[in-house]
Amino acid sequence: MRKILIIGATSAIAEATARIWAQRGDHLFLVARNMEKLEAIADDLRVRGCPKVNSYCMDANDFDAHVPMLDAAECVLNGVDTVLIAHGTLSDQAACQLSVELTMREIRTNALSVIALLTHIANRFEQQKDGTIAVISSVAGDRGRQSNYVYGSAKAMVTTYTSGLRQRLFKSGVSVVTIKPGFVDTPMTANFKKGMLWVSPSKIAVITVRACDSKNGEFYVPFFWYLILSLIKTIPEIIFKRIKI
Amino acid sequence: MPKEILTSWGRVLRVEHVVASLANRFDSLPNLASDSQTCLPYGNGRSYGDSCLNVGGVSLKTRALDRFISFDPSSGRLCCEAGVMLSEILRLIVPQGWFLPVTPGTRFVTVGGAIANDVHGKNHHVTGTFGCHVARIELLRSDGQRLICSDTVNADYFAATVGGLGLTGLITWAEIQLHRIANPWVDAETIRYESLDEFFDLCAESDRDYEYTVSWVDCAGKGERLGRGLLMRGNHAPAGTVLGKYSPKTIIFPFAPSVSMINSLTLKAFNTAYYHKQLQKKNRQIQHYEPFFYPLDGILEWNRMYGSNGFYQYQCVIPSQCGKEAISDLLKEIAQSGMGSFLAVLKVCGNIQSPGMLSFPLPGVSLALDFPNRGEELHQLFSRLDSIVNSAGGRLYPAKDGRMSGELFRSGYPRWQEFANYIDPRFSSSFWRRVMEGT
Repeated sequence: MRKILIIGATSAIAEATARIWAQRGDHLFLVARNMEKLEAIADDLRVRGCPKVNSYCMDANDFDAHVPMLDAAECVLNGVDTVLIAHGTLSDQAACQLSVELTMREIRTNALSVIALLTHIANRFEQQKDGTIAVISSVAGDRGRQSNYVYGSAKAMVTTYTSGLRQRLFKSGVSVVTIKPGFVDTPMTANFKKGMLWVSPSKIAVITVRACDSKNGEFYVPFFWYLILSLIKTIPEIIFKRIKI
Repeated sequence: MPKEILTSWGRVLRVEHVVASLANRFDSLPNLASDSQTCLPYGNGRSYGDSCLNVGGVSLKTRALDRFISFDPSSGRLCCEAGVMLSEILRLIVPQGWFLPVTPGTRFVTVGGAIANDVHGKNHHVTGTFGCHVARIELLRSDGQRLICSDTVNADYFAATVGGLGLTGLITWAEIQLHRIANPWVDAETIRYESLDEFFDLCAESDRDYEYTVSWVDCAGKGERLGRGLLMRGNHAPAGTVLGKYSPKTIIFPFAPSVSMINSLTLKAFNTAYYHKQLQKKNRQIQHYEPFFYPLDGILEWNRMYGSNGFYQYQCVIPSQCGKEAISDLLKEIAQSGMGSFLAVLKVCGNIQSPGMLSFPLPGVSLALDFPNRGEELHQLFSRLDSIVNSAGGRLYPAKDGRMSGELFRSGYPRWQEFANYIDPRFSSSFWRRVMEGT
């Protein structure tokens, strides 16, 4: 039985992942901004068999709220051995280009708040010499593209940060899992036209649960994104700047 | 809002719709573009014709409304969002000793869809329709009102929404009463019958002692073979039944061939083989509930076998007094035409009244048959079938329909005008516009 803290628990990927954990009988502590949605998810997880689930209202962009939230999770769950960080917003690239304020807010939500949380969580887990930290990043962080480089650069920071953290915590027996989904059919991407490359949040959830169990590093989900991104990363800038992908 | 090509189970219509996905039950309905634009909920797309489509309007996709709200394993009362599928409910409740009060022939439908079409099953003669077991629903109207409806509160909206084809607003959640079972097994019997007379006698006898009865009828049988088939009847197995092992297998029909795999030759051959599948007259076995209730769910996307033109299903119900005669006439016409499919189902419906104004079943007998889409020739057959149904005082099932005339619909559903008062002004469907043409 795991004792799991989920930050951004109302995100579709987090919810799908929580369902698998709930059915396995793990204990969950859910954190998100909207209490109404959070309670609806907690009720659902209880019906699905979760023996212990608690909700906690917090805005990840309120950095001062992080420590009290972590203390509450540890207290309620009687210690935390797994954390999933899944919150985020899909930035409106065109709007960001016209607004410093919006760009900074997107970077703060998608990168800085994650790093602030990870700073505390890493220190706690390093001390307890055990645990798994899973973070939802994105393939968008592998290379900046004109269509979404604000979101992409925030995710690049998360990917790079977790890569370093993984090295640091390895010797303490703490695993850091970076999940890099491609196109996922969620409310966040509701306005996109869906095609062949799209997958459901439950597909990401299955891999996330498996990755947390096997304590392994970095995952492209589904795997074909590894091949696609490997290819994209080999394109020299001199060509890349001229093409539209 | 993005666009997406939507179809229904019959695959005759494949049309691009503007789609809006609802993420949870607290969301409000999307803003529609103009005063004339309408929307329609779309669950899992398992109705056969155009009742789940809204060509030119907005489709409200509800599959993300898939949360359970509460479940009391001692009373069997379950509350969930309307996009939860019956398959997900079964996975939750069967291990805890409960079953759906009513289930259609597929478990891949949403709760909202089951209510909006007031589906029925093999136990109609003892439990009525799905709507008879719905305790409460929440109905979200386009003016933002959220109406809690039951047979005592907002009873008129409840009656309009059960079987209301999604036209009265969006069902956001529902509370249903489940049925106690001892285990996942069904004590099932298959009996071969040689004629319609024998079928009706068998049903009269079986309906007393068996919770579930349904029959497969050989729609290609002419002359002496007219109305022959296999009757399936069963009860949930009692506690202490020696359990076998069940490992579910599903395969997927990989693509739609350009022509239907069902034609008069393959149909005759298959039906003769299927009729003779058991040597003895009666065959009894303990069966897992999945193959008993959902034999076709084992083949995902089986609707593709009818080819790229898709198929129609024709399901009618004929009141008891004319039942035998009309069914015999229908089967004669169908056998004569050489069209049809091996998926042909005959079921005697009981007299439990549904709360729904537009609910399909009547005390009588229902015949359901698939027909590969063969264009004009098929529509001519349908007109001949329609006149038999109409003169026998019967009606067709909107959930299965993609072609009935407005007159036939209106004469079959005399409460349609009363129902129309409860339609949400911003909701509409291709089906509804079709059957209201000329009014």
